[in-house]
Amino acid sequence: MTTDTTPTSYDADAQGWFGGPEAGWGGRFMPEALVAALDELTVAWQDAMADPGFVGEFDTILREYAGCPSRLYEAERLSAKVGARILLKREDLNHTGAHKIRNVLGQALLTKRMGKTRVIAETGAGQHGVASATAAAYFGLDCTVYMGSVDTKRQALNVARMHLLGAKVVPVDSGSATLKDAINEALRDWVASVDHTAYLFGTAAGPHPFPSMVRDFTRSIGDEARQQVLELTGRLPDAIAACVGGGSNAIGLFTAFLDDEDVAIYGFEPGGEGVDTPRHAATIHAGDRGVLHGARTYVLQDADGQTVESHSISAGLDYPGVGPQHAHLSAIGRATYLPVTDDEAMAAMALLSRTEGIIPAIESAHAIAGALRVAERLAAEKGPDATVLINLSGRGDKDMGTAIEYFGLGDPDQVTERPVGDPDSDPRADRSGAPA
Amino acid sequence: MSVRTAFDTARGEGRAALVGYLPAGFPDVQGGIDALHAMVDAGCDVIEIGLPYSDPVMDGPTIQAAAQQALERGVRTSDVLRTVEAVAATGTPTLIMTYWNPVERYGVERFAADLANAGGAGLITPDLTPDSAPEWIAAADRHDLDKVFLVAPSSTDDRVTMTTAACRGFVYATAVMGVTGARTTTSDLAGPLVARTRALSPDGGADLPVGVGLGVSNGDQAAEVASYADGVIVGSAFVRTLLDHPDDRAAGLRALSALTDDLANGVRRG
Repeated sequence: MTTDTTPTSYDADAQGWFGGPEAGWGGRFMPEALVAALDELTVAWQDAMADPGFVGEFDTILREYAGCPSRLYEAERLSAKVGARILLKREDLNHTGAHKIRNVLGQALLTKRMGKTRVIAETGAGQHGVASATAAAYFGLDCTVYMGSVDTKRQALNVARMHLLGAKVVPVDSGSATLKDAINEALRDWVASVDHTAYLFGTAAGPHPFPSMVRDFTRSIGDEARQQVLELTGRLPDAIAACVGGGSNAIGLFTAFLDDEDVAIYGFEPGGEGVDTPRHAATIHAGDRGVLHGARTYVLQDADGQTVESHSISAGLDYPGVGPQHAHLSAIGRATYLPVTDDEAMAAMALLSRTEGIIPAIESAHAIAGALRVAERLAAEKGPDATVLINLSGRGDKDMGTAIEYFGLGDPDQVTERPVGDPDSDPRADRSGAPA
Repeated sequence: MSVRTAFDTARGEGRAALVGYLPAGFPDVQGGIDALHAMVDAGCDVIEIGLPYSDPVMDGPTIQAAAQQALERGVRTSDVLRTVEAVAATGTPTLIMTYWNPVERYGVERFAADLANAGGAGLITPDLTPDSAPEWIAAADRHDLDKVFLVAPSSTDDRVTMTTAACRGFVYATAVMGVTGARTTTSDLAGPLVARTRALSPDGGADLPVGVGLGVSNGDQAAEVASYADGVIVGSAFVRTLLDHPDDRAAGLRALSALTDDLANGVRRG
């Protein structure tokens, strides 16, 4: 495997603007106190990515430690259900169970190169926190993870993992006590500790250079998948799909295909209880242009520019902003972003579990649900050779608490006559819209 | 009216200016106006009014708690402008300190026009640096408003030069690497930062006062900072005074006046 760092025509400019300063997506809206650190990081990241030694070491760590390249898996039973070829990029098989290990290993390796000894991170579902704690343990760095107190409760297993890995977990009670507030608290820590601390940002959002840097550290998802799908099918897929919260797994997949104009690109946002309700996190679909956490992007906000509390059944997607490159790709029409409701995602979680024996993260289930809609349409247009590549960004172990509650599982005396999510027996599945 | 007039007056008296901060809408809109009037009456030369924001990256727990309380009670951007109007009517130069998104959401040109119409002097923008601010700089210049940007101990000389060139009114020197909050001792980073900022300002700082913020909570600290800075900026200590009197507005105002008096005496000793 080789990490391809070739620039694409969709890259940000030197100031971090996607589409140029006129389009105004991205940039850097940060306290002056952090500008020197961001400049230092920008130079270090650019130097590192131009250094074959660094890139080679990163590739080796991904291969030997994280288990990359991840497999490309043809989901034949799922394909049979929709009448199109469904290919799954199995990021759930990576060490720590998600795509996020790529990003943190890259950032932590860069931290070592910069001579810093401590890392901080924010986390929502806990997956980035676990990955950060893992990378810190691997490289021998001190690690503090900020996590909204709402999330520490709903992701207690991941909190325990972080503790076991040696990280300090700080619950954040301010604001909505979720991911966005954890980011605020991590930024406050960073202002005071920037001389020896690196901020391992968890998604392709935030001030320049984070959106581009995180993209660089995750783009091997798409580079691998592109090569794998060509080897498997002899051609590029008709469509690719990923879930989008902040958007790191999505931009990691999308980057390799941006210049392939015949490949349709889909990002699926958390539609929560519906985008016509206040309970969702469909930022591109329902948000407005604004500045959040250092970048101009789409933001869920009220008439006064106050960030609106978001909702998703997936803590990992529960974020009122989105990476600015996604805002740009949406604005220019290169990628299409559509909402998937909580119910649709949970139905897809059950469907993939039942048809393929793969329990996806609820984040990834959003991509499954949305991509199956796309696949049905493509199958109708192009027949059974229509091919959809889905990034299965993470595994569902961490989400079993939510699944137990949602599906009413876990009673040891319960006799399950029909599987959960079965459209013939589960009323939630009837509302899903996901093909059965 | 530029805050520069207040700094000039203080300089004429051989002292530093006292700059006081409270978020608008805290403890409620009228209560905030009353508190700011008390601070003016007791000796603040310049007033900063915070625009409460949902994601205040630079604020410590004290100011964040006050802003959160204001937001929960429904404060709106229009309330902030109303507060500016009420304070500026006293003749004390009044700035808004705001994170950028509420301004962008309101409309940069509209915000500048409404702020000017309210008698406001300008904006302090903690998450907007001059190199990301061409739209604001243009709007501020059109409406004759102050542009107060921040410098930090970590700022390079090039950035200090760029920032001071873009400022009008004064330049805000953040004395510590950290968020807002009262501290028991002032920072040893502040003095060198002020000296460096003056040296890198247009005309060696003759026309651009340097205010120091973050951490001052009493008259002695104010005197210490006033010995080397043109302005002493106090925020969290004022907010804490009101937070400490949640059920007795009159006692809170009395404590606020006493603190202002102590700080005003401090800047005169410095």
